[in-house]
Amino acid sequence: MPIVSSKGLNVYTGSFNSKEIKHLLRRAKFGINRQDLVTYNGMSLNQVLSAILTLSPEPAPPLNHYENNIQPQFKEAAIPFGSTWVNTTPQFPENNGNKIESFRSWLAINYYKDNTITEKMALFLHSFIPISHDVNDPRFLYQNYKMLRANALGNFKTIIKSSLLDSGILRYLNGDVNQKNAPDENLARELQELFTLGKGFTPIYNESDVKEAAKVLTGYQIDRTTGLVKFTSSRHDTGNKTFSSYYNNTVITGKTGAAGQDELDDLINMIFAKNDVALHFCRKLYGFFVYYDIDSTVEANVIVPLANIMRNNNYAILPVVQALLASEHFFDVDNYGCHIKSPLDFIFGQFKEMEIALPSATDILQQYEVYAEMFVSSFVLKQLPYDPPNVSGWEAYYQKPLLHENWITTDSIAYRNKFSVYYLIGYKKRGFQIQVDTINFTKGFSNPSDPNILIDDALNFLHTIPSNTELKAHLKTILLYGQVQDYYWTNAWNDHINNPSDAAKKKLVTDLLFLFYKYIVELAEYQLN
Amino acid sequence: MKRRDFLTKSTTTIALGSILPGFSFSAIQKESALGSLLAGSSEINDHVLVIIQLSGGNDGLNTLIPLDQYTNLNLHRANILIPENKVLKLNNIDKTGLHPAMTGIQTMFNEDKVNFIQSVGYPDQNYSHFRSTDIWLTGSDAKVVETSGWMGRYLNHQFPNYPDAYPTADMPDPLAIQIGALVSPGFQGPVPGPGMPMAISLTSDKEFYDIVNGSHSTPGTNAIGKELAYIREVAGQAKVYNEAIKKAANKVTQQASYPAGNTLADQLKIVAKLIKGGLKTKIYMVNIGGFDTHSDQVEAADHTTGSHAKLLSKVSDAIASFQNDLKFLSIEDKVIGMTFSEFGRRIKSNGSNGSDHGSALPILVFGTNVQKGIIGVNPTINQSFTVDDNLAMQYDFRSVYASILKQWFCIEDANISSILFKNYQTIPIVKNSACDTSALSVYQTDLEEKRLACYPNPYSSTDKVKIDINSKGGHNLIEIYNTEGRLISTIIDKTLAPGVYNYTWEDGQLPAGFYYCRYQNEGYQSVFTLQKVR
Repeated sequence: MPIVSSKGLNVYTGSFNSKEIKHLLRRAKFGINRQDLVTYNGMSLNQVLSAILTLSPEPAPPLNHYENNIQPQFKEAAIPFGSTWVNTTPQFPENNGNKIESFRSWLAINYYKDNTITEKMALFLHSFIPISHDVNDPRFLYQNYKMLRANALGNFKTIIKSSLLDSGILRYLNGDVNQKNAPDENLARELQELFTLGKGFTPIYNESDVKEAAKVLTGYQIDRTTGLVKFTSSRHDTGNKTFSSYYNNTVITGKTGAAGQDELDDLINMIFAKNDVALHFCRKLYGFFVYYDIDSTVEANVIVPLANIMRNNNYAILPVVQALLASEHFFDVDNYGCHIKSPLDFIFGQFKEMEIALPSATDILQQYEVYAEMFVSSFVLKQLPYDPPNVSGWEAYYQKPLLHENWITTDSIAYRNKFSVYYLIGYKKRGFQIQVDTINFTKGFSNPSDPNILIDDALNFLHTIPSNTELKAHLKTILLYGQVQDYYWTNAWNDHINNPSDAAKKKLVTDLLFLFYKYIVELAEYQLN
Repeated sequence: MKRRDFLTKSTTTIALGSILPGFSFSAIQKESALGSLLAGSSEINDHVLVIIQLSGGNDGLNTLIPLDQYTNLNLHRANILIPENKVLKLNNIDKTGLHPAMTGIQTMFNEDKVNFIQSVGYPDQNYSHFRSTDIWLTGSDAKVVETSGWMGRYLNHQFPNYPDAYPTADMPDPLAIQIGALVSPGFQGPVPGPGMPMAISLTSDKEFYDIVNGSHSTPGTNAIGKELAYIREVAGQAKVYNEAIKKAANKVTQQASYPAGNTLADQLKIVAKLIKGGLKTKIYMVNIGGFDTHSDQVEAADHTTGSHAKLLSKVSDAIASFQNDLKFLSIEDKVIGMTFSEFGRRIKSNGSNGSDHGSALPILVFGTNVQKGIIGVNPTINQSFTVDDNLAMQYDFRSVYASILKQWFCIEDANISSILFKNYQTIPIVKNSACDTSALSVYQTDLEEKRLACYPNPYSSTDKVKIDINSKGGHNLIEIYNTEGRLISTIIDKTLAPGVYNYTWEDGQLPAGFYYCRYQNEGYQSVFTLQKVR
């Protein structure tokens, strides 16, 4: 069995240099680049944490980049090219697909550009309380994301309440058709099983708790025009709702008229009175940011104290994330690089760390389509935001015993290698070349003309775990192209730098660097974060 | 001596009851009677099993439709019920029909290539998609968490020392293939043992790449080392099996036609190609999702349309074209397939033209080598059922697994018991099995006998319920379930000589409502619905 760190939540006080900064940023963001290391160089752990544990400004809403794809009869006059569609009642469902693409492209831009933990926390919450683009109104995706993002470092209780009043969640889990004469249990079940209490192998609450909670949740509908949730008291079950001994036989008194909505708070308060909520949240959070293996030591030393922090702060998320990411446990050497990159970590990570150029907003169509390419790849690797496999989110976050190892299969490992090499080879999208500029990227290292230093720098940056001499020796045979003296590479590199317009000299360096980086990104080590 | 050799060689002399207390029925008798035959049966045959997972919980009552229950079904699920005159007829079966979208399966049934097993479930039904899926895939009891999968344990038994010792000359191919990007937990190998999936995953036979993977840092004993070793192992498998899969796929240049726009058909087409291409792979698994039909499972205006009809038509068309292709490729006789879903749906529909999570459901087994027909009886729908009531389980899903392991893969009883943790009742699923010769016709005749009676019924809290059984000898099991699927009481679980026996059940403080009394005697089972009125 692997040794899982036994350290707890004491604040980490050891050395805090580029190794620790990389570890923190790689987990908190979708990939890092060398500029990040420069930015945070010399800062203390506390300084870096206060910089990244801040909500980044809310991005302006997604835009119509799809105008040219619309059939003339489906043009929506209220939404011209370049304006946002999120505030307009959809006129033609035929445009939903375009709007979902616009939403995703915009999401990719937000993921890529965020310098804080905001987007990754929003993804964590989305993987915890997911909806899919099948909800059939693209506005719901935007509203849901906006709600999760705004509360990403806010309060978990607020998130649950907002989720129960979120059009996307209601549509996804049939909450909008749940009414007194014919209750639909879907939302009430997943609220307890997945979003708050979790479910071990012995049910802690029972089937009647599901049915009673469903009654509390009757009466909510979605207003077609605004796309927002409304309460229709005539559809609400006004009877008393009686819960099991797990909930201390709580009775939620049925209320009539608009007051029926108040039962929602009663239900949430009843659920959040259980210790299981904070424990479930903290286990999920730990799995997402640290490692999936929660043994009894981690449970006792990390999860339980973290859940106490959460409850003592009335379910505020920030103190919990702060405590986890500042802890001795998080910075224990055994926790570096043990995280299998999620597809999003993998794809966005390569774009960022290898500094693949991306288009600016001057050409919206081009910008949206090129950013979307990152999701095209992550989709093949089985992680596309707002398209989870089911209401439990992605298997890597819940399916035992493999958990994160679910990301790696004979199929996905082949595609991972294919994509990372694809970006080295390069291809065009909407007239824009998507490719690692290996020469420019190499120039950014400390001394690229020295093969030994270049190999050290590249491995140090691109891999998370230390490399051995065998790997370094092999990479050197690539750079030296079978020769034995270091100056073979040094000369080739310098020849190109001094004669940048000489195509033959450039080609030699480009070819060698392609093989060099290809080898690095195809290794198992590159799959770890 | 390897464990499996030991078990194979010892079954005729070891009293199984001493290994598995409380389970002393058919295994021992058949082992001793067929001892010499079984000793030679551990050779790995060329049989293939294709498993089709219907994710989300399939509405069994709208799939295999009990026509003799229509009056009461109409009371409970009028807004989703299929009009009686639209239900597809099955040859020589008058009480049970098929959803109108399943014409492909109807044809196969009438060609004797389909077997349905009624009301398959497990004690202590769990209504969570995730937990119930895990239970089906691991083959565990509802109250036990098991991390290895039932197929993983079977493959580990058949192919010990995977992955280290593989591929071998005898097994040069993947043991099992999951069509899809993720490997099902059903393939997870046991610990001690491989502790990793025993299947490889494949999304398309064309897209299998050469993996270049140097091995350049030594995995430590910490978490990093574990993950590094895991990734390398998977990459290594991709590399090792790459050639075998490409070669198999390239051998097959012509296949029968499959419907377009049907993801399940796309997956099964790859399966047929790889089997024809000569892979020795034992199990293939494919998946189709979307069965969680809480709302709009039917269109209000026409109940034969809607999301459930679309799904069933995809399943039916895909299976029918797959079977047709197997015939075209002349490999029909070496393949059987089965569907499963984590649970059925509630008897009472909900207000959104859909149905909430339920319990037992029918499963479908197909192929030229399955016993044609329907195993079990139509579920009984009481007119007073409420939203809390669910179908009674007739067969444990592990009885289906055990029957397939025994009759199709020819695994010895003792080994099946170790793969499935218990000795489960077997039912005649495979026709002309070299390893089990029970015939369906004999079995079904037996099933129609009334060998269980409970009275008074309805009963009240002052009554003691009398349970009469007519045992044909061998193992007898009487269980009481509530309609949530919880096992309330086990009245008897033992071997009895043939004869009539009477038992009494005092239910204590149970609330009024419905209860099921389930009697199992060897392959026979029967369920009696009890109603407590006050």
